[in-house]
Amino acid sequence: MFDTLSDRLTSVLKNLRGKGRLSDADIDATAREIRVALLEADVALPVVRSFIAGVKDRAKGAEVSQALNPAQQVIKIVNEELVSVLGGEGRRLEYAKNPPTVVMLAGLQGSGKTTLAGKLARWFAGQGHTPMLAACDLQRPNAVTQLQVVGERSEVPVFAPEPGSGVGDPIDVARRSIDEAKRNHQDVVIIDTAGRLGVDEELMQQAADIRDAVTPDETLFVVDAMIGQDAVSTAEAFRDGVGFSGVVLTKLDGDARGGAALSVRHVTGQPIMFASNGEKLEDFDVFHPDRMASRILGMGDVLTLIEQA
Amino acid sequence: SRSRSTFGQSLLGLLGAGDLDEDSWEEIEDTLLMADLGAATTTEIIERLRSEIAARGVRTPEQVRALLREVLIDTLDPTMSRSVRALPHGDPADGGKPAVVLVVGVNGTGKTTTTGKLARVLVADGRTVLLGAADTFRAAAVEQLATWGERVGAEAVRGEEGADPASVAFDSVQRGSETGVDAVLVDTAGRLHTKTGLMDELGKVKRVVEKRAQVDEVLLVLDATTGQNGLTQARVFSDVVDVTGIVLTKLDGTAKGGIVFQVQRELGVPVKLVGLGEGADHLAPFEPEGFVDALLG
Ligand SMILES: Nc1nc2c(ncn2[C@@H]2O[C@H](COP(=O)(O)OP(=O)(O)OP(=O)(O)O)[C@@H](O)[C@H]2O)c(=O)[nH]1
Ligand SMILES: Nc1nc2c(ncn2[C@@H]2O[C@H](COP(=O)(O)OP(=O)(O)OP(=O)(O)O)[C@@H](O)[C@H]2O)c(=O)[nH]1
Ligand SMILES: [Mg+2]
Ligand SMILES: [Mg+2]
Repeated sequence: MFDTLSDRLTSVLKNLRGKGRLSDADIDATAREIRVALLEADVALPVVRSFIAGVKDRAKGAEVSQALNPAQQVIKIVNEELVSVLGGEGRRLEYAKNPPTVVMLAGLQGSGKTTLAGKLARWFAGQGHTPMLAACDLQRPNAVTQLQVVGERSEVPVFAPEPGSGVGDPIDVARRSIDEAKRNHQDVVIIDTAGRLGVDEELMQQAADIRDAVTPDETLFVVDAMIGQDAVSTAEAFRDGVGFSGVVLTKLDGDARGGAALSVRHVTGQPIMFASNGEKLEDFDVFHPDRMASRILGMGDVLTLIEQA
Repeated sequence: SRSRSTFGQSLLGLLGAGDLDEDSWEEIEDTLLMADLGAATTTEIIERLRSEIAARGVRTPEQVRALLREVLIDTLDPTMSRSVRALPHGDPADGGKPAVVLVVGVNGTGKTTTTGKLARVLVADGRTVLLGAADTFRAAAVEQLATWGERVGAEAVRGEEGADPASVAFDSVQRGSETGVDAVLVDTAGRLHTKTGLMDELGKVKRVVEKRAQVDEVLLVLDATTGQNGLTQARVFSDVVDVTGIVLTKLDGTAKGGIVFQVQRELGVPVKLVGLGEGADHLAPFEPEGFVDALLG
């Protein structure tokens, strides 16, 4: 077994070096290797298929470059396509014309919503805003306490009128949080919600009800970078169940390739806005499509391969 | 494009000689890949299926399906012992020692919840349980475990936020021995396997506990939604604390948890329990047959 895509490609394409142009067979051989690399990076199978079809199309119609050998040329195309799918139409956060701006967080259990709430709050504060956190996970044991601690650490007020751990109505808390923010002149409200599964209709309805109660300016789908093939069904379920306007990828400080980034982006078309890369408040960044592309392909070595033209 | 219906609802095409047509092979491959078995394992299973089909001959799609099911179950090695070693050594009321279970894994997989659920199972079985809250790092992690303790009827030993997790773990085993409980379950902080400092800390937790008592079980909690990274997680955690069993959580969702094929085989460590929800009773023994049936849809 070869470890990286570049190892595999170098081996499969040895014979191609020196040929002047891309033949269909060259492209097919490369596509097979790229398919495996994407699958190993946890890109969902349907996404791999359609992505590769796009790459093949482009490769077949491509101008033949003098500077690159066929293998390099295909990799270059793959990389460019990845960056363009991951980053297409990047955009800034939407702010409300009449504050407060409402940002709602949604995602599977344990994906990193509550931690992200604190990071976002700090980030907004750093931009001169006056954010507030709203504790609308009233289900998970001590989720409210957790958000309170997170709020303390990020020095941001937390609206937590209900004790949670099964007590209180999250929709009501969400609704009241807007009035509370207006009263105290907080211009951003970040709504932390309970984790929920795509197949849990009742909880998905609850998320939709919270959404309807606060009409968020942004709904961010928070997804763990370690997620595998389930990324597609889950992203679709959240898209259909509550709807989201942007994606945040978490736990990028690990060594998962993070193919979910491509899956979610490809399936929902929503931009990946932020990257969460650690447990501490400052471990947070805007999303960089180019870094993500080389990560999915097996890090920088792929691009080095191109440069060795 | 072809539908992504589950394998169970699909029609396999059989060729005259009893082999499958290309579409059918692809459909089987898709089912395995979509369940997170990974490219290499999927290829291996398909090769095994091919040779079984050649050796035994099949006539109907049902036979192919049954054969695939058999190959998958066999790969999970149903002969492995999957019992959780959480029973005391001798009678704790009479000088015996409590069982000690350490719960580990990356962030957010379900360690604290699993610890609570496992306590529930033991308490329901008439056992006394003590919970050790050795996650002194994450916001309100200690409170979360303490709430589980109240819920299921188990005392929790709490560390201060920022306290040394190894000393909290030690204290809980110490207290459990003194009060003569049947089992001490130690919850640890989530940590990514790539963070050497945090992994060293976990190694220390185990070593320190071992000064007081034998650790009977180290449960690695894997989230069923995890893709290929799960194998790396399992490898590193095993190196550091010698994992003795896997708990596969969140199987109540759409994820199939196919990464455990690689994990079990490479580490020789069985999946022992599965998490099927957020409630106290949502913990079940792992059964290869049922797992494979759910995977095939
Ligand atoms: N290493 C790492 N850990 C993270 C990151 N984001 C969150 N975590 C950790 O992941 C675990 C789960 O995070 P939470 O913020 O509680 O996740 P959640 O989505 O709110 O979970 P639920 O409310 O239970 O659904 C915690 O241990 C966090 O510290 C990240 O970017 N990197
Ligand atoms: N649907 C479902 N949710 C689960 C299951 N097990 C745990 N959860 C949820 O997953 C989230 C994370 O669970 P925790 O027990 O806090 O996870 P953890 O591994 O202790 O997290 P950290 O300590 O932050 O690393 C919570 O919202 C749990 O309710 C399960 O089997 N199914
Ligand atoms: Mg939360
Ligand atoms: Mg925990």
